[in-house]
Amino acid sequence: MTALTLFEKVWSQHVVSNLAPGVDLLYVDRHLMHDLGGGDAIFQIRQRGLKVRQPQLTFATPDHVVETVPGRTGGMAPWADDTIALLRQQTNATGIHLFDVGQNSQGIIHVIGPEQGISLPGTTIVCGDSHTCTHGAVGAIAFGIGTTEVQHVLATQTLQQKKPKTMRVEFAGKTPEGVTAKDMILALIGHISASGGTGYAIEYCGSAIDNLSMEARFTLCNLSIECGAKVGMIAPDQTTIDWLKGRPFSPKGDEWQAATQHWSTLVSDAGAVFDKSVVIDCSKLSPHITWGTSPDQVIAVNQTIPKLNEASSSVQKKAWEDALEYMGLQQGEQIIGTPIQRVFIGSCTNSRLTDLRLAAAVIKGRKVAKHVNAWVVPGSMLVKQQAEAEGLDQIFKSAGFEWREPGCALCVGANGELVAPGERCVSTSNRNFTGRQGPGARTHLASPEMAAAAALAGEIVDHRNF
Amino acid sequence: MEKFEVITAIAAPFVHANVDTDRIIRIERCARVARKDMGLWAFESERLMPDGSKNPDFILNQAPFVNAGILVASENFGCGSSREMAVWAIAGMGIRCVIAPSFGEIFFSNCFQNGLLPIQLPHEEIANLQKQLLLSAKHSDIGQLSLTVDLIHQKLKTPWHQDFDFHVDPLRRISLLEGLDPIALTLKSLPSIEAFEEKSKSMNSWVWKI
Repeated sequence: MTALTLFEKVWSQHVVSNLAPGVDLLYVDRHLMHDLGGGDAIFQIRQRGLKVRQPQLTFATPDHVVETVPGRTGGMAPWADDTIALLRQQTNATGIHLFDVGQNSQGIIHVIGPEQGISLPGTTIVCGDSHTCTHGAVGAIAFGIGTTEVQHVLATQTLQQKKPKTMRVEFAGKTPEGVTAKDMILALIGHISASGGTGYAIEYCGSAIDNLSMEARFTLCNLSIECGAKVGMIAPDQTTIDWLKGRPFSPKGDEWQAATQHWSTLVSDAGAVFDKSVVIDCSKLSPHITWGTSPDQVIAVNQTIPKLNEASSSVQKKAWEDALEYMGLQQGEQIIGTPIQRVFIGSCTNSRLTDLRLAAAVIKGRKVAKHVNAWVVPGSMLVKQQAEAEGLDQIFKSAGFEWREPGCALCVGANGELVAPGERCVSTSNRNFTGRQGPGARTHLASPEMAAAAALAGEIVDHRNF
Repeated sequence: MEKFEVITAIAAPFVHANVDTDRIIRIERCARVARKDMGLWAFESERLMPDGSKNPDFILNQAPFVNAGILVASENFGCGSSREMAVWAIAGMGIRCVIAPSFGEIFFSNCFQNGLLPIQLPHEEIANLQKQLLLSAKHSDIGQLSLTVDLIHQKLKTPWHQDFDFHVDPLRRISLLEGLDPIALTLKSLPSIEAFEEKSKSMNSWVWKI
């Protein structure tokens, strides 16, 4: 029998028909939707006289446009309430399950999908959002799609997809204390570039992956798209199974037995051939932080910002020049000591309970620097409640952090919550693009511990020495 | 969907690596601007001044590129967010074709759903094209700025008589040439979809018991 990769197994199990060489009609097991465009997509297909083919496989939540101020009931942006109302109306009319604002299941779609047991190993998962790759951490083929493709899935429960090539990324060795999944994936992006994964489905493996908690695996897979890969996945193991057991939508009883039996087959066979392989030695990693306006403009925090004459091409040199100008930084300088004004702990990357625990451990008993406005935005209502039960909210609040309601918030500013022009923000999110957190906002991506330490110091620091 | 067969249009060099879709269209516009008006807000942060007037330094505001129908871009064009509004914004500016060494994958797919043709060419060929176009613009040589994109024969023709072959996936090429609607096409395969669902329900019932 041919040795297959994890990706090839799950893909081939979802092929409805072959449309052309390398192009398949792929069945979608789970369709996740959010407020930004979700309501309109359902409306559009109904206008065409089409039905939602499998409403029971489709789940929605408002996350992008909801405000996150304590006590919120909707959004503060002029467009927010209409957007949420449309999603509510359209999901209600078509029988799609909505985790609504005010319910204790609402949250960022990429946090609640796994948390509710909707995102399962061996399934195909799509959502009109590029960070859908997050769900690959359970061993699913999960990827982001555009609005037209969302309508295609609603109407047919399938997608026409070109089969990507496969890439094996091994994180070898043991990560040093204070180095997290966020640092591992930022190091990979720095190594292979923001387009190094384009056209590939990545499988992450190696001893450092085996040792990651489930929540850390979501963080890692979340940034797959930042190196260009639509899909990033990890073979399900006991960590995955233990984490998924007993969740509201997870299979129960005999179904659970059948499911876990199937999941045990979801590994890359010995001798399976990948189109590309990369190895990252984790034993030498330090905490990472981005200095520029692309996630691959990243350094270990104790390194200096690269010099322009180190650029590999004139296009890269120009990109670095533009980035340095936008970020207000100098080539060749230390990044440690750069003053900051904002800190954001949240987003589909780093807003889960373990993230908040790690940040709280740094903060406990200390105070946010006077000139820093620091936020914690839990990824879901359940995360928020669990954190409050552990008293984490008190640690954050007494340090001077704002403790807010779940949503995408400052990662993308779709709800009108922004970083002011010229302000510098250490953010646990996934994109440091020009204007991403607001026009003129300067974003440094880092782990929750790094963000927490920066909030206390009022400048970029190595959290291990702080 | 608008068909794409052969176009001849002014080509603008856009020499920036990793142009992300946030940069192409801001998230606030995605939430509240109608699809037909999205072009007004394309590249907002750099194309428009804070008072709404046009930034004279932005290449697509400069004659003759203000009338560009083709963009000759750099590596990883359209990376980042899946927002299809980025394609609507570019198409809304009158651009029908983007040529680049590589693209963000979701943006690349979204182009085909909207009659916008993304063409991949090797880095060196793109760099030469960009250089040539900038040179022609500098010499106000308008005749040397129009490229012809022929999807029927998969050829890119330049006024300086240098032709390039390009390749588009056959299914996507036919869909663009004929302006086909993917949903209508897939619905013709309904029996296969139903058969898949029956098989999945019997083999992996846990997928369905939710």
